[in-house]
Amino acid sequence: MTHGPAHVVRFSFDLSSLVPRSVATLYSNLVTRPTGEALRVGIESQLAELGTSCLSVLDFSQVMVLDYSCADEAVAKLIRRFQPQDRPSEAYFLARGVAEQHREPLEEVLIRHGLVLAADVEGIGYTLLGAPSLLEQLSWAALQRAGTATAGEVALALQKTEADVASALQNLAYRRAVIPGDAGGSYHALSALLP
Amino acid sequence: MKLITLPASLDERYFEPIARALLAPADERVLFDGTHVRWVDPYGLIGLLAVGQALRARGPELPALKLPENSEVASYMARMGFFTHAEPIFELHGGQRRARSEGASDVLLEITAVNSHADVHAVVDHVNERGLRILTTQLAYPQREAFQFSVILSEMCQNIIEHAETGGWVASQRYQWKKRLNRKVVIIAVMDLGVGFRHSLAPTHATRYPDAWTDAAALEAAFMHGHTRFHDPGRGQGIQQIRKLVARWGGRISIRSGSARIADVPAWDDGPRLEQNLPYLPGAQIGIVLPARVASEERVAAAPGS
Repeated sequence: MTHGPAHVVRFSFDLSSLVPRSVATLYSNLVTRPTGEALRVGIESQLAELGTSCLSVLDFSQVMVLDYSCADEAVAKLIRRFQPQDRPSEAYFLARGVAEQHREPLEEVLIRHGLVLAADVEGIGYTLLGAPSLLEQLSWAALQRAGTATAGEVALALQKTEADVASALQNLAYRRAVIPGDAGGSYHALSALLP
Repeated sequence: MKLITLPASLDERYFEPIARALLAPADERVLFDGTHVRWVDPYGLIGLLAVGQALRARGPELPALKLPENSEVASYMARMGFFTHAEPIFELHGGQRRARSEGASDVLLEITAVNSHADVHAVVDHVNERGLRILTTQLAYPQREAFQFSVILSEMCQNIIEHAETGGWVASQRYQWKKRLNRKVVIIAVMDLGVGFRHSLAPTHATRYPDAWTDAAALEAAFMHGHTRFHDPGRGQGIQQIRKLVARWGGRISIRSGSARIADVPAWDDGPRLEQNLPYLPGAQIGIVLPARVASEERVAAAPGS
């Protein structure tokens, strides 16, 4: 299976607007585990319907309150579901509209599960949230600047060995934070796939 | 009949004399005399409901409650919705039971029953409508931190539903603490009469404490170490995150469960960190005090346990 940008379908989830579709009562605040679970099931269901490689954008711009329980169910468990070999589809996750009040619960749940999530954070820009290693963080940032690059090119920019950087980028792809290219060992930053 | 004279200040500091009502024989009726109550806060109000409910569960006779003579206190109790929740629990005597019209209120959240996740949503929606204004304008909390107040309430209320296996209550109010802190504060109380920490954690953690699995041990396991009955790594973070936020804002948090109470005690408070051998009260009773932000104040940088 190829995963290059030409094969990736962009699909955007407005988290706030998904809530009323997933639970009976309309809530603009993302709180409680059942709400998070309903949200995750809704997203998984739509990803399954797409049935192809996709970049799913988790949009927090209309979310006022995000609690830890809901973040754990909706975001951490969603990313975990798409990591193993038996994952439902090739989905990669990018958060946007992340304000400071969202960032802390997101960081906490990602760290607890050992996950990462590329995010467009208000006032900061693109950031890798969660629990990356130092080399993963550096590699992700270098790829973010380049948009598309091979492990060798990232290694050169970072003054690291190509083998170490290739391993870091593979880990980031497994963790759904970068997309491996069609050929030639290239990788794509998720934000490069946005219009 | 056992007579319990309610203290002049009905709050967490003077809660234990109320809880001593539970030491009465099961067949002895209890009368709470609130005649001379001069001040009451959410912890005192919900605490009284909790003790009354625990007594109510022991026998057919309702405990009796003589209401305060002070009309301001009685009016405040009415405004907080106390009587609505108290009527099925107590035989009420005396006092006015109507709230006077007093203009803008500093109530962030009246006494609210928490029985389901829908109640948690209602609490958060309600606080976002009214409480955020109080937090930002009167306690000088930045908007983003005011939202975290809603997160605290949400996580605390969810603890009732996920761990207590019964319902509970929550309430919050702003005060001016002139003597203790010379600052405005917000007080939050969340209580239930459920299984409590010791029973909730026992199946997964009691074996680590042979012969010493007490209420205090269970509270330390959950409060200090984030242990939970669930094996899911995403669980057990609610209390830890609440402690972190409360510490960041220079506040105080305590949890009483069974016969013990544990607390994060800030510099402005002189209360003990751990109390044991208290009168047994089922479930969990949580009290939080959040002081107003002061411009020159250095925020507590370190999270608990870090």
